[in-house]
Amino acid sequence: MQHIWIVLGVLFVLLNIAAGLIWLERRMLAMWQDRLGPNRAGPLGILIVLADTLKLFFKEDWIPPFADKWVFITAPAIVVASVLMSFVIIPFSPSIIVSDLNVGILFFLAMSSLGVYSIVLGGWASNNKYSLLGALRGASQMIAYEVFMGLSLMGIVMLTGSFKLSDIVNAQKDVWFVFKQPVALVIFFIAGVAETHRLPFDIPEAESELIAGFHSEYSGMKFGMFFIGEYLGVTLISAMTATMFFGGWLGPAFLPPWAWFFIKTFAFILFFILLRASLPRPRYDQLMETGWKVLLPLVLLNLMVTGAIALWIRG
Amino acid sequence: MNYLFYISSVVAIVATIMVITRYHPVHALLYLVVSFLAVSMIFLSLGAPFVAILEIILYAGAIIVLFIFVVMMLNIGSEAAAQEKQWIKTQTWAGPTILTAILLAELLVLMIRGDSTTITDQSVPIKQISFSLYKEYIIAVELVGFLLMAGIVGAAHIGRHKKRYLHRFLREKEERESVKL
Repeated sequence: MQHIWIVLGVLFVLLNIAAGLIWLERRMLAMWQDRLGPNRAGPLGILIVLADTLKLFFKEDWIPPFADKWVFITAPAIVVASVLMSFVIIPFSPSIIVSDLNVGILFFLAMSSLGVYSIVLGGWASNNKYSLLGALRGASQMIAYEVFMGLSLMGIVMLTGSFKLSDIVNAQKDVWFVFKQPVALVIFFIAGVAETHRLPFDIPEAESELIAGFHSEYSGMKFGMFFIGEYLGVTLISAMTATMFFGGWLGPAFLPPWAWFFIKTFAFILFFILLRASLPRPRYDQLMETGWKVLLPLVLLNLMVTGAIALWIRG
Repeated sequence: MNYLFYISSVVAIVATIMVITRYHPVHALLYLVVSFLAVSMIFLSLGAPFVAILEIILYAGAIIVLFIFVVMMLNIGSEAAAQEKQWIKTQTWAGPTILTAILLAELLVLMIRGDSTTITDQSVPIKQISFSLYKEYIIAVELVGFLLMAGIVGAAHIGRHKKRYLHRFLREKEERESVKL
């Protein structure tokens, strides 16, 4: 029974965070760009979330006649489902975790690799050349950055000797992994931004060249699903960064563990928004080149050095 | 555990049949993804979580995406489906079907006799897999590495060839530069 409550609670909190991020992102962007942002509906404009959701619900949910109907409908569901599945393995506190799998990190990687399908299928099923270009870019970008994301986490797996996320958090009791694996943190975060195709790496949807790319044909709540999926992805990468590198729920005892977890996660969410506010979008070939020519050698070197040091310490 | 195995097996078989019978290649590939997910569930129910997750990461998450990627670029539409319909005649599928039916009959006989090896229900930890990969089967792992390396070198070689047809602007620029020299 307690298990069901955890599942429902996690789902409720996550969906609310994802919706709330609409407001948070606009307010923070406005702050960094020296303007007000949404400030009319409700205190500090927080009811903009409600207004936005209502607007999305009442918009015409149009399926273009030239689209591949069933694939078109399935695509937005895949992104939300795969991201929500990834949250299964995240320990919010010692007792709040849906399932502490033995293959935790691998499960996270598997689910994020399934997320590619939403972009690819959405773009393909729209039967529109801009969408198709967005889908092609999205597929190659996400497949490439998945590799670096997986490899950057393997250093931590070597140090802990476990794929289980609760073991990894407990291994950080003395020192957070950010001090032992700084290179891995940078690579993981870059790969995370590319995986969630957030600015500055929003190349699959690049408004200025591809007119929203893979989701240009989507309207109404189907577009809303892509939207929510993106914010859930941001939350997921932030939560994973907090868990893997910043000690997850560990922290001084004056706050409960889950509070520490949420503070750390929100810090990274804010960093995601700051990235969007401050960095220009790179060109597509530049992104792929830095990926394969800089990040891949770096992450392999990081793995080699980590392995050597781990062997040397153990004697 | 047994029920999970049977349900996911049925899903796998149905999905695979759908893969074969779809006329549109992208739809077929989507059913192939479902089939891989079902096979990964089978591995999970047999106590091999590592193989199950690798099945999803490698096959469903990478290889089929690349397949779809290529099919998308080829822009195969309704003409291809029509062509496919033409190709499937009784004489093309009758031979393989009869041969596989014989194999299926053999399998059924074996299962009814019940002297085939039974699967023991035990979980295999990741460490054990790594030990056997890098101790007993190290030569096989290295050979596979060679093979992949050869594939990558080949792909890089094919992708490297120079562009012969330049855009008008680039050609003019090149001509101007050659005049200067």
